[in-house]
Amino acid sequence: MGGHGLYVWLSYGAAVIIILYNVLSVRFKLHRFFQQARDRERRHGPAPGAAVTGDSTRS
Amino acid sequence: MTLKELWHRMGSPRWFFRISRPLSWVLGSLALVLLLTGSIWGLAFAPPDYQQGNSFRIMYVHVPTAIVAQSAYMLMGAAGVVLLVWRMKMADIVIAATVPFGMTMTMLALFTGAAWGKPTWGAWWVWDARTTSVLVLLFLYIGLYALRQAIHRPETAGRACALLAVVGTINIPIIKYSVDWWLTLHQGATFKLTEAPGMPPEMWLPLAVNVLGIYCFFGANLIGRVRLAILERERNTQWVRELVAGAAP
Repeated sequence: MGGHGLYVWLSYGAAVIIILYNVLSVRFKLHRFFQQARDRERRHGPAPGAAVTGDSTRS
Repeated sequence: MTLKELWHRMGSPRWFFRISRPLSWVLGSLALVLLLTGSIWGLAFAPPDYQQGNSFRIMYVHVPTAIVAQSAYMLMGAAGVVLLVWRMKMADIVIAATVPFGMTMTMLALFTGAAWGKPTWGAWWVWDARTTSVLVLLFLYIGLYALRQAIHRPETAGRACALLAVVGTINIPIIKYSVDWWLTLHQGATFKLTEAPGMPPEMWLPLAVNVLGIYCFFGANLIGRVRLAILERERNTQWVRELVAGAAP
């Protein structure tokens, strides 16, 4: 890279980090949402006010 | 489906959640293929610049991220108008979902600009009109993020953010024309609608591929974040509860 390698690889490295952050943060939060929602359902049963029919009782 | 019906359906989070998953996968896969192609092409096969040598390869990261960071802001401005005028719930979700993406892309554009500036201009940072106006863009993104955290009532937070998003769009033409209005160290536009790029195709083609790729990535990421926000906001509704009880995302 003719003496410019450090700058070029720094840039591409930062790009990989930023892109991975954007992908993984959504994946992680989605995973956490489903986990917490299932926990809530197990602990408290159906939330007050929510109609319970069909699929919602299945777990 | 008439246009009016489509408009109403777009405002329905549940409808969006149902149709968006395949779209997100298509855009995500396209992004992966395009970004890998453009980057490998740019790094390994594009010829070195006769003046800048290899440091110009940073352009393949810098230009797409800088462009998409501004497009993301424009999208928020448009969504801001929709929220303020029509009170559409989805517009608020779109603004909130765009902030983290736009903020990180602006950071990346500034960082890669600095990493290119050091070997080319001799300094990591220069208070040039272009770099300064992009720094303002970063502050606007940070401001939008902080504003939402600071206001507890979601409706108020949404409207305040929409207003800031709309007002902040004034910065986008300033960024765009900064290289023409002021004597800047930063070079002029790489791509123009009216004329051919000032580089040979083997140099600008990989750049065009990466620009397309980053837009696909923006689309996929935005859809992913919007889906997450829909689930969180509608967590007590029947359909989300059925989804949780039924299957994985």
